[in-house]
Amino acid sequence: MSQTAVESKQKTMINFMNKRKLAMVFSLILMIVSIGSIFTKGLNFGIDFTGGYLIEAGYQYDVDLDRVRSALAEAKFKDAQVQNFGSSKDIIVRIAPRADINKATIGDSILNVLKTTSDKPVEMRRVEFVGPQVGDELRDDGGIALLVALGGILIYISMRFQLKSAVGAILALVHDVVITVGVFSLLQLEFDLTVLASLLAVIGYSLNDTVVVLDRIRETFRSIRKTTAEDILNISINQTLARTLVTSLTTLLVLFALFFFGGEIIHGFATALIVGVIIGTYSSIYIASSTLMLMNIHKQDFLVVAKEEVVDDAP
Amino acid sequence: MLNQYPLWKYISLVVVLIMASIFALPNLYGEDPAVQVSHRTKSLTDDDKLLIEQTIKAKELSLKSIELEQGLVLARLVDTKDQLIAADALKEALDKQYLVALNLAPATPDWLRTLGAVPMYLGLDLRGGVHFLMEVDMVAAIKRLEESLLSDIRSTLRDEKIRYRGVRRDDEGLHISFRDLGHMEQAAEKLPRVFRELEFDENQDTLTLHAKLSEVSIRNEKKSALQQNVITLRNRVNELGVAEPVIQQQGDSRIVVQLPGIQDTAGAKKILGATATLEFRMTEGTRADWLDAEQNGRTPLNSILYHERDGSPVLLNRRVIVTGDQIIDAASTFDSQKGTPAVSVRLNGKGASKMGETTREHIGKPMAVVFIENKIETKKVGDIITKHRTTTKEVINVATIQGQFSARFQITGLESQEARDLALLLRAGSLRAPVEIIEERTVGPSLGRDNIEKGFFSVMVGFVLVLVFMTVYYKGFGLIANVALTANLVIIIAVLSLLQATLTLPGIAGIVLTVGMAVDANVLIFERIKEEIKNGNSPQASIHSGYEKAFSTITDANVTTLLAAIVLFTLGTGPVKGFAITLCIGIITSMITAIVGTRAIVNLLYGNREIKKLSI
Repeated sequence: MSQTAVESKQKTMINFMNKRKLAMVFSLILMIVSIGSIFTKGLNFGIDFTGGYLIEAGYQYDVDLDRVRSALAEAKFKDAQVQNFGSSKDIIVRIAPRADINKATIGDSILNVLKTTSDKPVEMRRVEFVGPQVGDELRDDGGIALLVALGGILIYISMRFQLKSAVGAILALVHDVVITVGVFSLLQLEFDLTVLASLLAVIGYSLNDTVVVLDRIRETFRSIRKTTAEDILNISINQTLARTLVTSLTTLLVLFALFFFGGEIIHGFATALIVGVIIGTYSSIYIASSTLMLMNIHKQDFLVVAKEEVVDDAP
Repeated sequence: MLNQYPLWKYISLVVVLIMASIFALPNLYGEDPAVQVSHRTKSLTDDDKLLIEQTIKAKELSLKSIELEQGLVLARLVDTKDQLIAADALKEALDKQYLVALNLAPATPDWLRTLGAVPMYLGLDLRGGVHFLMEVDMVAAIKRLEESLLSDIRSTLRDEKIRYRGVRRDDEGLHISFRDLGHMEQAAEKLPRVFRELEFDENQDTLTLHAKLSEVSIRNEKKSALQQNVITLRNRVNELGVAEPVIQQQGDSRIVVQLPGIQDTAGAKKILGATATLEFRMTEGTRADWLDAEQNGRTPLNSILYHERDGSPVLLNRRVIVTGDQIIDAASTFDSQKGTPAVSVRLNGKGASKMGETTREHIGKPMAVVFIENKIETKKVGDIITKHRTTTKEVINVATIQGQFSARFQITGLESQEARDLALLLRAGSLRAPVEIIEERTVGPSLGRDNIEKGFFSVMVGFVLVLVFMTVYYKGFGLIANVALTANLVIIIAVLSLLQATLTLPGIAGIVLTVGMAVDANVLIFERIKEEIKNGNSPQASIHSGYEKAFSTITDANVTTLLAAIVLFTLGTGPVKGFAITLCIGIITSMITAIVGTRAIVNLLYGNREIKKLSI
């Protein structure tokens, strides 16, 4: 086995670890920009989290948004935000929760206003209303879900590997999530429930990637005797590189399919995952392993762990 | 011997695949527009079925099939236009006790249905419909209970001839004040035995008896308010004629209502959220007294000032004769003399005898009908969330009692739409406590269809892209992975159909994502095999150790993703849950197909054979 690893070291060998300081600086800048943007610009929360009304309507030809806006303003919906949704024929109208709105009929009253802006029939496609108490709850629940997921993963990785690896994996996750959220904040993309769901999927994905690398690091530490930790990390990353890239590529392929063909509703979801997968691929190469280096990982860390179970011949 | 599977493994794999194909199959058949007929109280019979069949055929509509199952009749039609005509014809032909609802019935062939195979259950975002989340106003429920206890306390004290100064209710509970200690002691002795749900507390200084609902009775009241509201909402939904509605408790104060395929959402909201009910009271004094009370604010002790719809004042007796709860049936109709809209009602036994007694005693005197509506709304100003409750009480009609009546009579004074809505509400029963719609998601039918098409298309595009990539990159082994990926997709659909878990648009996104990630296990294995070959091992040994070494990595990687998916499932709501379900199922099935499935094919092709080179 030790021979195996050394041989493959000679085949493709990119020295990732000697650029790790550069990568750390790069990641730090990304993180600072993201956190800065989250605190200054904030997130463009969708009605799932802010509460309010959303009406999607379909026209039979391109919509004149200004005409729609003025018609709505005349009908006492001055604060309505109107924009195209998916195509130039579909529009979406957002209205903040307001005291003088009748919940039961708002969908119909908006639709009636919209009908006055077109000679052809206007079709109601979607009405959503989220009350203020629900919006707050959904945001809190979402936060809790993220924390619970991170906690569960920390425990699992600590059990399967050891604490240093778990810290590395969690740092990689936090890195990925913060930067993905940062991109949403910087570009002011709408952040709704589906985006939150895709953030959790990003966690799952990024972890998947990191675990594969950690797994190989552990294996290499056990099989190669005389070499530095830096070399071991380099060897392991190089050995898993093809897999990391191929899986990211297939995942990105389907995500782009979703992004382009899945429809407007799923756009935010696909965007978050595309960003998350790209960042996750980078972080599984650099963040987890750089953290291990920082924590001064050495062979003993992997020897104390219970011996690996004997794998059945036929899985 | 390397790389050989025992026969039983092949057999079980083939059996799993065949089963999965059968259970995934119903999804290929579409849906029939159908009309579903049921009865409020009884199961339908063959006679009903015959009647329904004749009614539809009389309209010269082409009936695809008609069946009687589980007490209801399902008539399948050829197109949606016919469906509406048939439903209208049936509503006209059958009496009010029958419920006619539009439905989309899966066109699964009989042989599949006998096997228990049904298509996936589509969420509202895919089939169109309304989702409501309602919050029951528990504060109002408790207040209402306290108020009714207050009036019971009053009458108990009166019956027991215990003299009291006054009773009132505030946020602290109930307060009964006395003139002297003796009567208070008597009451303190008597009341706790009658009102077990209250906890009493004497205050000798102020000569007041304080009563509070016990924790247990508050909990019970909340529970029964919630259950009662669920029942009422279910009745109302049935009145609306919606097939396959979902009405469920959520948490301890909320109710979820899902109405697939409904068109008139504003009407539905009005009916579901309405807390309208009626009260019958005798008037007090003369018209002159009423005006006097309005102008000078002097209301006699035993009466309350109300207003009619035109704003004119009416004084009504504090005592209610009959409330809406005692109405067991109601229908909208027209007054035979004036031709104005009316609601004919029927009272239950207790209500009827009370009404009979009152009307006998008060012939020639005016009685009033009060229309009561409660509304509740939550507003957020800054970060403060407040609830606003409003109660509207209007006198809709004051009429002189012409003669004694008890169980059946008519109410006039309403607009025709109001009369129809009120009749429906009275029939379905009143809500025990007001509800507020705190979340609504309505998806129009065209958007639902679009979502299915786009979702399906993106699954297909993603799937084909991955297939092409795998073939180009891994050649022969790529094709094997593709077979496994296809099997994986079939199994996911079969499991979703079997579990009848709700498939939503984010759920489809979950399937797409699984397709991308499912090949990961194969990528891990194939890369290992490549490595082993590079290291100079024989093809057979490379296959063997490739699978073996990748196994624990695959498990670790998938368990962590599964953890995240399970957290999503338990903590998420609505769209998030839909995504988590497909992700969970996808992770598990992909592990099976990518490891066991591909290994079986690899063993079949390469096992026990001399090979020089692998196509990888």
